[in-house]
Amino acid sequence: MHELTITRHNHLIDPSLHIWGWEIPVYLFLGGLVAGMMIISGYFLFRGRHKEVDSCSMTLPFLSLVLLSVGMFALFLDLEYKVHVWRMYATFQIKSPMSWGSWILIFVYPALFLNMLVRQPKWIRTRVPLFEKWSISLHQHPVGIKTVGVFNMVLGAMLGIYTGVLLSSFGARPLWNSSILGFLFLVSGLSAAAAFIHMIARDRWERELLAKADNGFLTIELFIIGMFLIGLATSTSVHQEAAFMLVTGTFAPVFWVFVIGMGIVIPLFLQSLAVSHRIKHSAIPPLLVIAGGLVLRFVIVAAGQASHW
Amino acid sequence: MARYAMVIDTRRCVGCMDCVVACKTENQVPEGFNRDWIAYDARGTFPEIQLEIRSERCNHCDNPPCVDCCPCGASHVHERGGVVLVHHDKCSGCKACIAACPYDARFINPEGYADKCTFCIHRVEQGLKPACVSVCPTHCMYFGDLEDPNSEVNRLLQSRKNHALLPEAGTRPHVFYLT
Repeated sequence: MHELTITRHNHLIDPSLHIWGWEIPVYLFLGGLVAGMMIISGYFLFRGRHKEVDSCSMTLPFLSLVLLSVGMFALFLDLEYKVHVWRMYATFQIKSPMSWGSWILIFVYPALFLNMLVRQPKWIRTRVPLFEKWSISLHQHPVGIKTVGVFNMVLGAMLGIYTGVLLSSFGARPLWNSSILGFLFLVSGLSAAAAFIHMIARDRWERELLAKADNGFLTIELFIIGMFLIGLATSTSVHQEAAFMLVTGTFAPVFWVFVIGMGIVIPLFLQSLAVSHRIKHSAIPPLLVIAGGLVLRFVIVAAGQASHW
Repeated sequence: MARYAMVIDTRRCVGCMDCVVACKTENQVPEGFNRDWIAYDARGTFPEIQLEIRSERCNHCDNPPCVDCCPCGASHVHERGGVVLVHHDKCSGCKACIAACPYDARFINPEGYADKCTFCIHRVEQGLKPACVSVCPTHCMYFGDLEDPNSEVNRLLQSRKNHALLPEAGTRPHVFYLT
């Protein structure tokens, strides 16, 4: 028998850690989604897709800016000392992933803005003539457009990985303490972004491409989740306990049903039928993928807080 | 350079919570929160059961993950004695330090900043002992400089069996428990 009783009852700490509520999973999800959208839209710019009439290059950067701002607002809501939010930008702490993330986000905004300038939505073009002027200047330098595409891909990858590294750096929480979490969140973000673009794309080629790409991302995601669980299950006893919380414990029903089943396996099956033209494309698989990505963040954040040494 | 540490004799500690009350009074810890607390750790199988009563707090680690993860530079190691402290005016309340601490020693003060034990550095700088140490009725708590070979804490750690909490977490804590 080993029984530990303590007299401490600190708010948000006891009986088990619950410092992060809905705000952080929403921020991590939207950060991952935008990271995926940046990589995909950056790739489209690099390939010159912005010249196509119906390309989603016109809508993606602006939507990314909006979604990222929503995520940042969720992060702001989570801060307990909101008026000190600027303190994150008064310093750079090289060992702090959160500090890295704060500064990455500072570079993400101008990269997305430049991406938006390449192919602006009509309503922005007519309302802000200055942007149109800048856009014309940008189009005089095709290499510049490719560079914007590359910047978006690189910053998107950094943002996507950061959302996972942020959690994996907390050695005190065994479930999070896996370096593979960064790649899991990056691939999950790419998958959610591909699903999102699949839903909004008007260009048939892009829709088909992203449905196929999403199948690839979902397969890789399944593989990474498997590696993540194997890594924990073959580690120390606290890491094994953390893995079992997901596999057979408190979080198992949500994990297996909503993350693995409805979030990955079912949409992967339906999209595989759709890309082989056995069934029609529909919004159901992408919606399931997006919802699965969101639930994945909720489960990982909640289970990680419940895991301890 | 001083390196402060606390040594607690678990054979003398009776869990009276005087240390907890002294800390709350000295540091005006808000109602409902604790910077230190009592742990009752029971192990074994009846009738071979051992009970260890410990006064616990921030371990002022040599390798403090709470300092490394802070994005604002609010969590820091004090130049005197290696004590881990928080600059209240720099803290944004992001709670990363709370997630990083394997001892769950930190909490969010109702004013919004991360709060924790300071080893009563304001008293130590005046040559006094931390409040919890100074009030202990069983004299089970000791405070001193590990760098001083003649300090009471060094002498106790060399002469008595002792352990720290979660050494496997790699934080190199500076609160030791004599057994």
